[in-house]
Amino acid sequence: MAIIKVQRPKLSPGEKIYFGAIFKGMVITLRHAFRSLIGKSTGAKELNSSGVGITMQYPEQKWDDQLPEYYRGTPALVTDEQDRERCVSCQLCEFICPPKAIKITPGEIPSNDEWAKVEKRPQAFDIDMIRCIYCGMCEEVCPEQAIYLRPDYVVTGTSRKEMVHDKDRLYEIGGKRVGLVNKWNDLK
Amino acid sequence: MDIPFLIAALIKIGVFIGITMTFVSVCVIFERRFSAIIQDRVGPNRTMVPLSILGFKKDFALPIGGLTQPVADGLKFILKEDFTPSYVRKVFFWLAPVLVVVPALLTMAVVPFGSPMEFGDTVIPMAVADLNVGPLFIFAIASLSVYGITLAGWASNSKYPFFGGVRSCAQMISYEIALGLSIIPVLMMFQTLNLGHIVEYQAAHGWLLLPAWGEGLSLERWLMLIPLGISFVIFTTSIFAETNRMPFDLPECETELVGGYHTEYSSMKFALFFMGEYAAMVVGSALIVTLFFGGWSIGFGIDGLLPTGAWWVSLIHIGCFLSKVTVFILFFILVRWTIPRFRYDQLMNLGWIVFFEAALINVFLAALVLAYPSIGLMGVIIGFIILSAAATLLIIIAKGATQKPSATAV
Repeated sequence: MAIIKVQRPKLSPGEKIYFGAIFKGMVITLRHAFRSLIGKSTGAKELNSSGVGITMQYPEQKWDDQLPEYYRGTPALVTDEQDRERCVSCQLCEFICPPKAIKITPGEIPSNDEWAKVEKRPQAFDIDMIRCIYCGMCEEVCPEQAIYLRPDYVVTGTSRKEMVHDKDRLYEIGGKRVGLVNKWNDLK
Repeated sequence: MDIPFLIAALIKIGVFIGITMTFVSVCVIFERRFSAIIQDRVGPNRTMVPLSILGFKKDFALPIGGLTQPVADGLKFILKEDFTPSYVRKVFFWLAPVLVVVPALLTMAVVPFGSPMEFGDTVIPMAVADLNVGPLFIFAIASLSVYGITLAGWASNSKYPFFGGVRSCAQMISYEIALGLSIIPVLMMFQTLNLGHIVEYQAAHGWLLLPAWGEGLSLERWLMLIPLGISFVIFTTSIFAETNRMPFDLPECETELVGGYHTEYSSMKFALFFMGEYAAMVVGSALIVTLFFGGWSIGFGIDGLLPTGAWWVSLIHIGCFLSKVTVFILFFILVRWTIPRFRYDQLMNLGWIVFFEAALINVFLAALVLAYPSIGLMGVIIGFIILSAAATLLIIIAKGATQKPSATAV
């Protein structure tokens, strides 16, 4: 193996004095400052900047249309075309949930109900959003296609209690989903 | 010692310390916002007055976002735990931050903030102490701050602060020589050490680096620009080194020394180091402005047209001075984000081999230009030949000093 000795480059007297380089550097720095003030930094447009630099200022500006299709946000419950709760409280999601964020209280459907043949629906369905790790296992395991990870990601609250999504909140986020398996109705 | 003098002095102390401390916080917000826009960011722009903790429904958003950031920073420092490690030398550990801040604030005493005010027949100079040895006082006091940093490094009793302290000690002492020597041509030209008189001269006869009016239009003054320009470069660079700013922030470089001499400090003690550093930066800018850019003078002969001694003229001059200082603070920040940090031996070479010699030669160069009327053209030429011979000799010696011993010679 040949040993290659790397020599430091010989500097010309102008480069040794160093002032030219400093001046050039300052011009570059100032140009960056000026261009970010008028909102013309490189990449400002592509990155949807707020007008200063290339930064997008988050709560005012959001980039939700850039979220990928497979984005996993808050888990939520969905209803079918006839506004039936899809969840039959089989509790599979509760058992699979790695951080134990889901808590289901199963309940019977009374016999005079329109959907009495489904037999069960959750009385209470709580997801603790402090615990949730957005893994999507609940969605994967659900035999009824009742729970989905929605693209919503802004889950805030000022107390622990506020961070627990109850059934109403979950249906509010989830909304209605059409065109899924329909084993309980005649839509097919 | 008359009463009006005392009252005026007290008011001036209060106001000027207030201005300096305000400038320290202005430095902080400038540092953060200006660095941000240099790096294509936004910076802290949404600090508000948190009225909600007082029971109001909503926080009050100031129209100019983020201006309250220094207040928030200060509050954070006060509220943090003031932790003193068990292994430090307590007395020196507590003394060090004070020794950093006090000299920086003391030096502000001799800087003239504005033109003198006249009340009746008493003339009040707009400097706390109108000393006749201004620059000397500043150098004497400013060199005390090296004690603070060295004590902080030593008293912390841990290795990184110790390295930081030692580095800082060597660096500040080395650059004080260049700092003092570089200013001699300036003082030779003014023939006075009173900063107030220096600024008054510049207001009447052109700033040192911009002799464009009054007596400044003479050939002699324009020739003096060569040594004075060298002086300015050496002085400014030495101020950077003295205030431990980039590119000479080796005493506290995060990548090597964690935090340097203030690694073991927390809470308000750390804030005092921070404040001392920024106060030194403000004083440095003020000194550069006072000596080289006409201090409080508006320039271009406008000062001569304004009535002398009126209070509003003084206020205008104070405003002018402060805006010049602001420009220099921005320059400090610009340099910080432009030039990478020096290696330690490069720093020492620059101080001892380049700047020390250059400042020495520069003194004689300035003397030659100043002596031209009395020794005539022949004298100047002979002097120049002698000077260039001496300079060549110095350069040869300096080159020899930087040469590394060859590996083969045993």
